[in-house]
Amino acid sequence: MIAIKTEDLTYVYSAGTPFEKTAIDHINLEIEQGEFVGVIGHTGSGKSTLIQHFNGLLKPTSGRILINGVDLWAKETKIRDYRFKVGLVFQYPEYQLFEETVYKDIAFGPANMGLSPAEIDERVREAAEFVGLKPHHMQKSPFELSGGQKRRVAIAGVLAMNPEILVLDEPTAGLDPKGRDRILGQIKQYHKARGTTILLVSHSMEDIARYAHKVLVLNHSGVAMYDDVAAVFSRDKEIIQMGLSVPQITRIFSRLRDRGYPVSESVYTMDYAKQELLSLLSGKEG
Amino acid sequence: MLRDITIGQYFPGKSVLHRLDPRVKIVLTLAFIVMLFIASNPIGLLVGILFLVLTYGISRIPPIMILKSLKPVLPIILFTSILNMFFIEGTPLFQWWILKITLEGVTTAIVMSIRILCLIAGTSLLTYTTSPIALTDGIERLCSPLNRLKLPVHELAMMMTIALRFIPTLIEETDKIMSAQKARGADLETGGLMQRAKALIPILIPLFVSAFRRADELAVAMECRCYRGGEGRTRMKQLKIQMYDIWCSVFVGLCIAAVIFINLFAPVVLHM
Repeated sequence: MIAIKTEDLTYVYSAGTPFEKTAIDHINLEIEQGEFVGVIGHTGSGKSTLIQHFNGLLKPTSGRILINGVDLWAKETKIRDYRFKVGLVFQYPEYQLFEETVYKDIAFGPANMGLSPAEIDERVREAAEFVGLKPHHMQKSPFELSGGQKRRVAIAGVLAMNPEILVLDEPTAGLDPKGRDRILGQIKQYHKARGTTILLVSHSMEDIARYAHKVLVLNHSGVAMYDDVAAVFSRDKEIIQMGLSVPQITRIFSRLRDRGYPVSESVYTMDYAKQELLSLLSGKEG
Repeated sequence: MLRDITIGQYFPGKSVLHRLDPRVKIVLTLAFIVMLFIASNPIGLLVGILFLVLTYGISRIPPIMILKSLKPVLPIILFTSILNMFFIEGTPLFQWWILKITLEGVTTAIVMSIRILCLIAGTSLLTYTTSPIALTDGIERLCSPLNRLKLPVHELAMMMTIALRFIPTLIEETDKIMSAQKARGADLETGGLMQRAKALIPILIPLFVSAFRRADELAVAMECRCYRGGEGRTRMKQLKIQMYDIWCSVFVGLCIAAVIFINLFAPVVLHM
């Protein structure tokens, strides 16, 4: 089933003024349910604008956006329902925390959905567990926590709405390597446990290579590529030309290939790289 | 969207009026206001109107902007005109019950309206052609004699500058926080007054927190660069009086002289 579909989706900022700018231009996209998609593109390529269309925060200037086959801006659609179906975690989400306690902050989304107190309680506890918050954190003020913990509270606040589609805009920006791996690991685990469709915007090609199945490359307000991770990273020269990069290991293998070594062109993880090198070395010996 | 709101009316350009020293511009604007009020004669006001036509022409500010700046004062103008028309004694033009409109009343109403319109258009020209930063800089310099009265002029001007500088940043921040809370299902559009006020809490608290954080960061950044108030501080953009500043001042001086001359020799005196 197709979770997200866009038809000629176009958004123009400040239309009709001298500051007019087309952020996304005729985007046609189909994202299958249960997919883990990495979204890359340099600053200003339209990533943030595109993802804000998925839950109806922005209304397209032209074109359509369909979630589970329903046009978000059709007359009979209730946009607010889709805010809960498509969970959106913004950049630096910890700056949106406001409640007295961590518990209440995570409960904000579920409470807005109009759930019963028992359901809210269950959702909050589940979401907190997923992001690795301990019960003793729950009654603390979110402002007492460390940066990484605040980030996890904010993510839990979105997870608690049990979204069918989860969109994360650079969830690891500004975190240390340990915090980054932890959050991404928890997202991956959530994906596995719930089968949620996940879109992960990131500037780290290593993270994308490690966690995503598919990669969406945005360039000049449009879709440049949308394919499996291996297929996208094998077009490393094009990607580098867009001002983006490919994982380090992919670059090394690209150089090896340039020097005439018979290695695969779609190496993007360490494990696969090790295998390739070993078979290359044993091939030489033999 | 919030970000479509523009605060401050600065209209970037490269005309002589834009390049004029902000101190000179402020003083000349004040002179223009004085000129409007000493003109006791329709011909004198005509000088004011011509002056505006000329300066707006030079500045290349689209004429539609004048209308925009006049819109908020229209009710005041209408109100004073009506009062003037009915309450000034003189030759009655029209009489009904205890209400009467006099010739003097009508002329005063017209002259007063023109005067207020010119006043607003003239002062708007100052804000259209001067960036807020240049404007506070100019005010600071003009007020610097008040330092002797122990008034912290520099600090007040710095506060103004910082406030103006951070308005767009805070608007952007508010926009982001609103989007984030809407993404969690916050309902900002419906409900009664109390409900809406309550709905603002999830936006105001993060906004205050971030404003304090920014203030803290800015203070540290300023201290790192050895900021310690106005004493002995030099400037990157030195304000210097140029030739065109002098020419413009001379021109405004001539206009005022013309108005005084007209007052003396064409005495169509108006009822004030």
